[in-house]
Amino acid sequence: MAASEPTAIAPALLICCSALLREILDFCKLNQWSHYEIQTITAELHNRPEKIPAAVKQLIDVGKQRGQQIFVGYADCGTGGLLDALLERENVERLPGAHCYEFYAGSRQFADFQEQQLGTFYLTDFLVRHFDRLVIRGLGLDRKPELLPVYFGNYRKLLYLAQSDDPKLQQQAQQAAVKLGLEYQYQYSGSGGLGHALSAFNQKIPMQLVQ
Amino acid sequence: MSEDNYDDDDLDLSTLADDELVEQMHDDLYDGMGEEIIEGTNLLLARGWSPSKVLNEALVGGMTIVGVDFRDGILFVPEVLSAAGAMKGGMAILRPLLAETGAESVGKMVIGTVKGDIHDIGKNLVAMMMEGAGFEVIDIGINIPVEKYLAALEEHQPDILGMSALLTTTMPYMKVVIDTMIEQGVRDDYIVLVGGAPLNQEFGDAVGADGYCRDAAIAVEMAKEMVAQRRAA
Repeated sequence: MAASEPTAIAPALLICCSALLREILDFCKLNQWSHYEIQTITAELHNRPEKIPAAVKQLIDVGKQRGQQIFVGYADCGTGGLLDALLERENVERLPGAHCYEFYAGSRQFADFQEQQLGTFYLTDFLVRHFDRLVIRGLGLDRKPELLPVYFGNYRKLLYLAQSDDPKLQQQAQQAAVKLGLEYQYQYSGSGGLGHALSAFNQKIPMQLVQ
Repeated sequence: MSEDNYDDDDLDLSTLADDELVEQMHDDLYDGMGEEIIEGTNLLLARGWSPSKVLNEALVGGMTIVGVDFRDGILFVPEVLSAAGAMKGGMAILRPLLAETGAESVGKMVIGTVKGDIHDIGKNLVAMMMEGAGFEVIDIGINIPVEKYLAALEEHQPDILGMSALLTTTMPYMKVVIDTMIEQGVRDDYIVLVGGAPLNQEFGDAVGADGYCRDAAIAVEMAKEMVAQRRAA
């Protein structure tokens, strides 16, 4: 029996967008949290946000069967309240805000950004790293570059909300702004509200389950 | 067979019979070939087709195929946008001719993206498909405050007000507009249709719209039905 004993199940399950994985792993490592299992959903679903709730539900079901404490690493992310409706039924919490830009920047600063310049396109570290795959190829601009003004004609500025201080990513973000024909702006946010939300969730996990 | 057998580069549209040309235009719309759509539109007009026949059979017919394949997940947004861009060329030729023929408008719509939102891809698609279906469309643009919506309603007296939003942060503004219409006693004078990626039926009901349009094709169907019902009442 001992030989076939199953692998121990982590007491907490974090279901997140793959766009947040690196920052979440860094935060867990920093806090020496080893009691989490992290399951990701591809960031490509941001181009089809209506599919996010079903993908999250599937992982919630698995976590509940295993008796795990569950937290969802998504904002509303364009689901128009459908994710919230699901999470209310499942009694599961998520990250605050409408988008990851909002919880990275903090709601007040994000509102200020919006106020200052309508037509701002946001990039995070993840989006800078995967800009060509998710933005250029994701929107079909590699095949149809003539669509650039259709997608970005009303945008004025690209704001890189950086989670890390990485000159290479800053350079890539600047190149992205050039590709889209937008003015470039850089703002360091660090993990912002992501860290606060994860810490708040972590405090709800019973102490005896935290290794 | 080599790929050359399928190469349409040298295809002379003027050599095709009418039905073949229309079929070819459907293919060209599907592939987003704007120049070919302009050429095909001019050819059909030169052969004596009425502007409304060219519009319905060649352009709207082609866009219907695009819409169905988009709904079925065969085509994606970039392809739909290319097709819409190609149709725009044909529409630019037909629009003044349709106005000249004095064909009765199916209805009139004022459409705009709500305040705080600069996204207009969906709005533009709806405007074009509505125009293709015979509606007179007044597109008042993006980032539209309630005062501008109300001024446009008063000026143009449309059957329909269409509002669009892409952001969860801006879509609640639709309720601001509808509530202001109620306050001013003009809500029931118009059919209010809403749409945009993060919206859903529940949201449309909650803000008090007459209809939530999941895509441009549904917007057209809903608009036709509601205008007909209103006129029959």
